[in-house]
Formats: sequence, structure tokens, C-alpha cells
Amino acid sequence: MASTETTPAVGGTGADPAAGDTEAPAAAGGTKTPPAAEATEAAGNTAEATGDAGDAAEGSVRTAKKPSTAESLAGLEAGLDALDTAPARERVGLGRIALSKLVPPLIAVALVLTVWQLAAASDLKPDYVLPGPLDVWKAVETMWLDGTLLGYIWTSISRGALGFLVSVAIGTPLGLLVARVKVVRAAIGPILSGLQSLPSVAWVPAAIIWFGLTDATIYAVVLLGAVPSIANGLVSGVDQIPPLYLRAGRTLGARGLDSVRHVLLPAALPGYLAGLKQGWAFSWRSLMAAELIANSPDLGTGLGQLMENFRVNSDMSGVLATIILILIVGIGIDLLFFSPLERRVLRSRGLLVRS
Amino acid sequence: MASTLVKDGAAAAPVADKASAPASASSYAARIDHVSKSFGRPGSARQLVLDDISIDVAPGEFVTLLGASGCGKSTLLNLVAGLDKPSAGTIDVPGGRPALMFQEHALFPWLTAGKNIELALKLRGVAKSDRKPEAERLLELVRLKGAYGKRVHELSGGMRQRVALARALAQDSQLLLMDEPFAALDAITRDVLHEELTRIWAQTSVSVLFVTHNVREAVRLAQRVVLLSSRPGRVAREWAIDLPQPRRIEDAAVADLSVEITEQLRGEIRRHGQH
Repeated sequence: MASTETTPAVGGTGADPAAGDTEAPAAAGGTKTPPAAEATEAAGNTAEATGDAGDAAEGSVRTAKKPSTAESLAGLEAGLDALDTAPARERVGLGRIALSKLVPPLIAVALVLTVWQLAAASDLKPDYVLPGPLDVWKAVETMWLDGTLLGYIWTSISRGALGFLVSVAIGTPLGLLVARVKVVRAAIGPILSGLQSLPSVAWVPAAIIWFGLTDATIYAVVLLGAVPSIANGLVSGVDQIPPLYLRAGRTLGARGLDSVRHVLLPAALPGYLAGLKQGWAFSWRSLMAAELIANSPDLGTGLGQLMENFRVNSDMSGVLATIILILIVGIGIDLLFFSPLERRVLRSRGLLVRS
Repeated sequence: MASTLVKDGAAAAPVADKASAPASASSYAARIDHVSKSFGRPGSARQLVLDDISIDVAPGEFVTLLGASGCGKSTLLNLVAGLDKPSAGTIDVPGGRPALMFQEHALFPWLTAGKNIELALKLRGVAKSDRKPEAERLLELVRLKGAYGKRVHELSGGMRQRVALARALAQDSQLLLMDEPFAALDAITRDVLHEELTRIWAQTSVSVLFVTHNVREAVRLAQRVVLLSSRPGRVAREWAIDLPQPRRIEDAAVADLSVEITEQLRGEIRRHGQH
């Protein structure tokens, strides 16, 4: 029965706007001080309130009778928001972070050193083949006291950093092109990812023939090692962008460069950062390969050349000391620079779960 | 405040106020005129998804497109949004590029809630100094005053959809397209967002084309429900919903009409099992 009354008359909406104009003020007035009489009368009317007379009254009834006035809706919503939002996590103290993050690797290093010391002390091999940790430490100390240590490290780091920056400058537009232009992707996409599996040391002989024993050789090897991994990182970053973001960007009116700047690049940032991180690792590796082989007095002495010189002098302590230095620099730059950057980006997007 | 609750009829008033806007010169906010869409290569077995659809959305009107899966309602919305082109027929949206809200919030996780809205304003060409106040005003409109600096992942599902609504409104479009925007929300939150959407629609002059497969939702929200048949999508029937706003999804009148529409929808679905 009710259904016959509420079944809409198609003409109703068409006629309403004009009526609504005049009746709205009346209804609004009724809302401020809902007269009880009107409310009850209208409440009785609601079932058959189809006549024009009912309209104004009904307006006030809606506000008076329905529990969802503006305030109660706002309150309901605030309650929902509060319930749905995860409570703020307790901040973990710095001391506890240090304890959980620093102690395990320190124990691991101590363990390795102990085993190493035991092996060296047991005279399995002569000292010039297997020096103990203390001998290696002495080699480092000697270089430090000579004042040459930081120079070697700085030569390598500055080469690595410069090579890396140039690689970023080349790899980024290259990656964008491969990611966004179909022909380019078809043409050089497979080569680019194939290049990543080519050990960069394989470029050294070719580079020496091309450029001789110069800095150009070293930088060429670094670039050939790092550019593909940076470009590939960006490509996979772009490929992993949820299509929804691109659609959303388009409906917001982002076209061309705007779309690249405001949607594509920020959306691809996590993958890009992973590529940069790997790019640094490749830069550093390639640099060491190049320095080991391209050794001449004209070139500054970096860690690779230093190690080669130690080898020539059969100084195993020196060789091991240099290996450890190379490792420390590689890990250090990652820990100081790339990892915090990556963590920050991922955390700000809610992609990193604090364990 | 209270005046916002007076909806029916008054809906037309804000539109008339904006008489200077070019869009109001048209008698419609969107005109879908004999639109068909098929996928697949010409010649091979083309799949007809939409067949000769004609729908007008009047300025300030709230229309829901209702249909079972495969009726092409999202396809139709994409066509209206300009994300795809119809195979035949024309679509005219005189108010310029429509705003579009998705089932997923589609907010950018690298921006805060406020900056998401500001990006929409920037792309619309709003001057830099005006963006922040406008974003704050829009957040207040969806009752998320304190959420400006919040990251997307810090917000609940309902809050995200409200920010997405604010971002869509930031486009200042005459037409708001909504593609099952509340389908992924729990019933309580969805209910609240229905009220919010009704309230905001009443406060603005925006026309809404809202796609859903939820009959009650369609009746709860719309002035007009358009039922699409499936495979291919055709306009099966229309209902003008004359019930006063704000309605409740549990209102008897909403339920009664939902029963009627559901029967019709089931009839449409049954036809597909017969061959």
C-alpha cells in the first residue's frame, strides 16, 4: 500500500524547483524553532504527504524528527574517524633502537674476528699468507700515521661520487625514455637489462685501449656499470606505478610534462631510489675493478691501485686492510645516505612496516 | 547550516545563481547521445559493451546508473570522463572536464591530504597563494579540518574517500562522476558517507552521475535511477525518485522502491541465463 504512495511520479521533480524556491525559507524558518504542533501534524502526514501543502511542513519534520541533524552526523563521523584511525605507536627509545640494531652486527663482526684470529694464531698458514686481524690493523694504522690513508679513500670516493652523479644524469632520462616510449623500449630495453648482467670489469680492457691509462678509462667503466642499473631501476619504478594513479592524474588534468612531474616521477620514486642505491653499488664495484687494472703513476692512487701496489709487494696485511676499507666505504655510503633516504620515502607513503 | 537540509527543489537554486558560468547556458550538465562502445578490432568478433545509450543529466541533478556486472557502467563513466572514446554517438559535457571519483581513493601517497587537494587546484590553474586556504575550506566541507598534514596511509577508508571527494570538488567541475566510490567501505561508514554526499551535493551546484550495483544505495542517493541491462548495456528503465532528502537507506519508501527496482534488475540478469 505504501508502495503506491511512494512510487515516484515522474512529473514531480520537474515541478518542484519552482515550488522549492518559495518554500525553502519557510522550511528553514521552521527548522530554527520547530513548532511542536507542526511537527506532530507533519509526522502524521508523512505517510501520505504528497500534496503541495505537505512540502513545507515536511522540510521541518525532516530536521526535527530525523536523528541525523548536521551536528549528530558530524559527531558520528568524528567517532568513526577516531575508531578507524590506528592509535599512534609508542615511540621506541633511541637506546633500545641502538640495542636492537647495533648489537647483533657487532656480535657477528666480533665472531668473525675471533675465528680469524684463531685461524691466524694456529699457524695453519704462514703469516704472509694469512695475517691476523692485528697485523691488518697495524697496516691501516701505518697508513693513518703516514697521513696517506684519507687521501687514498678520498681519491676513490670522489671518483665514485662523480661517476655516480654523471650516471644519474645519463641514466634518469634514459630510463624515462625506455619506460615511456614504446619504440625505445623495444629497441634498447632488453640490451639495457642485459648490460646489468655483464660484469663491468669486462669493460676495462676495452676502455684502456680507447682511452689509455687515464681518468677517462676509470669513468667510462663506472658509467657503463652504473647507468644501466639506474635506468633499469627507473623503468621498473615506472612499470610498478598503479595505473589508477595515472588515471587519477589524467582526470585531474595532468598532461605531458605536468603528468611526468606531478604523477609519474613521484609515483616511481621508490623504484627509482632502489635503482640509485644499486647504481651506487655498481659504481663502486666498477671503480674498484677499473682502479685495480688501470694502474699508473699518472693516475691518482685510489683504493684499487693501493691494493694492487700491496699485491706487487706481497703485503697480504695491506691487501686485506684495503679490502676491508673498500667494504667499509661501500657499506658506509649506503648506510649514511641511501638507506635513510629510502626508508624515509617508504615510511612517508606507509610502505614500510615498523617491525 | 539547517538550510542545507532543505534539498528537494532548492537544488536548482544554486545552479541558477551561477548563471554567469558558461555551463549553465546548457540545459544539461552532460548529454550522452546514442552512445555505443565496442571493444576488439574491427572485423574480428567485436564485443558490444554499450548499445545506443542516451542519458541527459540536468544541471544540479543526481543520477545513479544501476546495473549488474558486465553492464558497462564503468565503461560509460570512463567515456563521460574523456578517458576513452565512444565507438558511436556523442558525449557532450559543457562544463568542461568532469571530476571523477573511483572505488579506490586514488589519492597520491607521496602527498599529504591537503597537498593532494592543492595539486588538483594547481592543475586547474588556481594561483599559488589561494591554494592552501581553498584546500582547507574543502577539507572543512568534508569535515576533515585537522587532516591537512596527514598522509594518506594515516587515514581510515572513509576519511580517504572524503579527501578524494574534496579533491574531486577542487576541480570545480559542474559534473562529478562517481564509480562505486563507497563499495569498498563497511556499511556504517558507507551510510555516513551517503549522508555527507547528500549534504555536500545540496551545498554545491554540482551534478552527479553515480555508478553502483547497489539498488538501495541508488535509491537512497539519487533523484533519478537509470537501470542498465547487461551485455550489451542498454537503458532498461528509469525511475524518478521523488522522496525527500535526506533519506535513510532503511526508510520504508526507499526499501519499497528498491524491491521494485531489484525485481526489474533480476529480470534483466535472468535473461542472460536463458541462452
